[in-house]
Amino acid sequence: MPPAATAGDTITRVDLTPTQVRPPEVPADPGPVPGREVVFDLSTVEIFYGEARAVTDVDLDIARNEISAFIGPSGCGKTTVLRSLNRMHDLTPGARVAGTITYHGEDLYGPKVDAAEVRRRIGMVFQKPNPFPKSIFDNIAYGPRINGVRKRSELEGIVEQALTRAALWGEVKEKLKSSALSLSGGQAQRLCIARALAVDPDVLLMDEPCSALDPIATARIEDLMEELKETLTIVIVTHNMQQAARVSDRTAFYTAEADDNGRRVGKLVEYDATATIFTKPSDPRTEGYITGRFG
Amino acid sequence: MAAPTLPAGAVLQPRKGTGFRQFKSAFATVAIVGAFVAAAVPLVALVYYVAREGLKVFSWEFLTTDLPFSQRSVEGGIYPAIIGTLIITVGATLIAVPLGVMGGIYLNEYGARSRFAAIVRFLSEILTGVPSIVMGLFIYTFWVLPRGADGFSALAGSLALGALMLPVVIRTSEEMLKLVPHELREGSLALGSRKSRTIRTVVLPHAAPGIVSGSLLAVARAAGETAPLLFVIGATNLVNWDWLSGSNTALSVQIFGNAASPFVPAQERAFGAAVTLILIVFLATAIARIVTVVYTRRVSGAA
Amino acid sequence: MGGAGFPRPAPPSQNRGTVTQTLDPAPPSPLVGGPRPPGFAVDRAFRVLAVLAGLFVLVVLVSIVFVLFDSAREWISFEGLGSLFSLDWEPVNEKFGAGSLALMTLIVAALALVIAVPISVGIALFVTEIAPRRARLPIVFVIDLLAAIPSVVFGLWMLRQLSQPLADVYADVHGAVAGVPVLGDLLGSPSASGLSIMTAAIVVGIMITPIVTAITREVFATCPLAQKEASLALGATRWEMIRGAIFPHSRSGVVAAVIIGFGRAVGETIAVALVIGASQRLTGNLLAPGDTLASIIANQFGEASGVQRSALIGFGLVLLLLTIIIGIVARSVLRRANRRFGVV
Repeated sequence: MPPAATAGDTITRVDLTPTQVRPPEVPADPGPVPGREVVFDLSTVEIFYGEARAVTDVDLDIARNEISAFIGPSGCGKTTVLRSLNRMHDLTPGARVAGTITYHGEDLYGPKVDAAEVRRRIGMVFQKPNPFPKSIFDNIAYGPRINGVRKRSELEGIVEQALTRAALWGEVKEKLKSSALSLSGGQAQRLCIARALAVDPDVLLMDEPCSALDPIATARIEDLMEELKETLTIVIVTHNMQQAARVSDRTAFYTAEADDNGRRVGKLVEYDATATIFTKPSDPRTEGYITGRFG
Repeated sequence: MAAPTLPAGAVLQPRKGTGFRQFKSAFATVAIVGAFVAAAVPLVALVYYVAREGLKVFSWEFLTTDLPFSQRSVEGGIYPAIIGTLIITVGATLIAVPLGVMGGIYLNEYGARSRFAAIVRFLSEILTGVPSIVMGLFIYTFWVLPRGADGFSALAGSLALGALMLPVVIRTSEEMLKLVPHELREGSLALGSRKSRTIRTVVLPHAAPGIVSGSLLAVARAAGETAPLLFVIGATNLVNWDWLSGSNTALSVQIFGNAASPFVPAQERAFGAAVTLILIVFLATAIARIVTVVYTRRVSGAA
Repeated sequence: MGGAGFPRPAPPSQNRGTVTQTLDPAPPSPLVGGPRPPGFAVDRAFRVLAVLAGLFVLVVLVSIVFVLFDSAREWISFEGLGSLFSLDWEPVNEKFGAGSLALMTLIVAALALVIAVPISVGIALFVTEIAPRRARLPIVFVIDLLAAIPSVVFGLWMLRQLSQPLADVYADVHGAVAGVPVLGDLLGSPSASGLSIMTAAIVVGIMITPIVTAITREVFATCPLAQKEASLALGATRWEMIRGAIFPHSRSGVVAAVIIGFGRAVGETIAVALVIGASQRLTGNLLAPGDTLASIIANQFGEASGVQRSALIGFGLVLLLLTIIIGIVARSVLRRANRRFGVV
């Protein structure tokens, strides 16, 4: 269980002056070891909505047991790229992913690939917590039930474990039957994380998971991410730079620029170890963003 | 340039002609209120008059005795008509609601951008405007006639009423499904749930109160229909519980048949049947409203 | 651990080593050919069912047109296309013209609109502008009740309670306008029983009020508050504000409501059948009995046979085509209103 946030913790963790021009804390961790195992490999990826190109020039690889952060101003494609990692764009008519995305070496968009299995292994937590209008138990048990787990005892074990991993078990173990809609924002988001964990995923994608939460709830979820990264790979989209600096191992910076036709297209600018991005970025656009000159 | 000076006390005095404008506005207000009264009066008058005449014969015996053979007979009740209305309406609901909900699911969940779905939606809307007697003629020609003497049945009536209810249920279902927040669908799909399971376990439960309520309103309307039943259920004065075969009767048909009768007992039966029918229709409508109120609050959960 | 297979409750994390240690060197099972969530076939089947349900609507509508047309052929070939709408309906003399019925249908519907539209607009204004918020719910409730009452009960009430008193009113009105040029013919010698075109129009008018009110109310409610307040802020009285802000905004929506009401009025069968007096001779006298396409089917189909029966089915076809056209027109008016003003 993550330690309860003490006063001291809160003050250093929560930076309430977003425009302060000073490099955020450099994490003690020197960065991942070379020879890391690659989970996602994206090469020359472009994503289209119908005729309009939403994002282009995406080349990056995401390693196992790391937290990778996508940062950048609004509308630059970070969420679009994130959602291509679990084939959520399949749901949008007219959306198209060009280029190659491999998952553990396999083409994620291959003709024989079952999108439902993809989403079982690559879970997603959304910006606004979206618990189902069911009980807490049924929310968590939803995923396992899909995959054929029927026995009550098994389900109970999975639910308890998932809620424990999501640091929510203590708070809800007495009221598993009550409606999930009665939870607070932070609790609901942890419920959604537990729900995603219940299907034993390999990767967890998080789309601005803390933007609808207060600072204390945010801190708890960031602690959670640290723990989870030991067993999962996490990719997080965040518009909060300090958060990216706090939790991630590698950071990708996106921006939106006008293309030849004058339309704004998102593109990946730089992708490197977080410490590097925030202290000596290679691209001036990156530097401009992290020092607050724009975005 | 100096500001124009106004005579003392002139600022808030009404301008010339304002009196007439105020009068026009007041007159309009009275007219508008009068419009409401004009609508309420027939309703009150109708309910009062029908209740007064109907209650003259209304009794448990009236509700449970068979129809008399002859119209001028004083004996008899409307029991067969009540059973007939119930059987025919329930049958129509069993036909129209599953089909209609599936149709709504198709339109909203599978056909968001498809041309074919747009056509279906358009045709469904057209179908809602088809006069009920046309539906009766259709079922008569299509179903009853080919079966010759055995053509009349409650089933035929259910087919006619079901065809009337279908487009309404489709439209209600589509509207209610549209209201389900997209995040709920995404949350389910992101867990590896397939589309049909997502619809069945997350989307439909959320939309269910609205769909039930809308369907109940369609049922209420169907129970009161006369024209589609006139040529397809035949006629009988005895109870017929068999949905599949044999002539049947219904409250609405009985009212229609007896309303213009010169015999007073027949007219009284018409009013008694009318009271019964109104009670059934109002009950269904009230349940529909209650479902909406109770379950909509539940789904949104505690604040 | 993580993604290697399902279901398998993973043991809680015990290794709190450094971040760089990978705990499970074995790669997860392949995406293609590996385990997948069950239910693929069910999912496909469900989709097929849904599409079939959609198809069913198409099938029903097309069938209706075909079946009715097929049965009406006897009539069409008997009368000949040219005189399908002749003004003579006399089955006894083998005359099956739809003309007088069609015209009287339109007359009843138009008259019903004249009665219903001002009342509906008034109620809609009452609900949106005048009534205090708390009174709105009971008023809407009253209108809904009016909509719930079956047509046959309306007919029964009209026939038994009002037809006689109306007959007296008609007699008085006719007496009053007897010599007047146009009015005297419109309100000519009334039927003794009160069963007439006018009576039918009154009952249909009452019956279509709820739907016209509902649509009009929605249209009025979407009038932007800013426009209304701007009007009032300039010193307009309430009525001037209604005329100047609400009506212009709502024009197309109200037109759509009228068209939809017209469609309902054209199709109204049972109440009309009970109070219109069943006379198929075309007349301009609104106080005289008449008949409509729908009500004549209700009254005569049971006993009809041969060409007459085919003709009545043909009337049904005419009604169907009429309501389809009205539906299309209403839809396009609503679409145009939507495009201009957003939500109607």
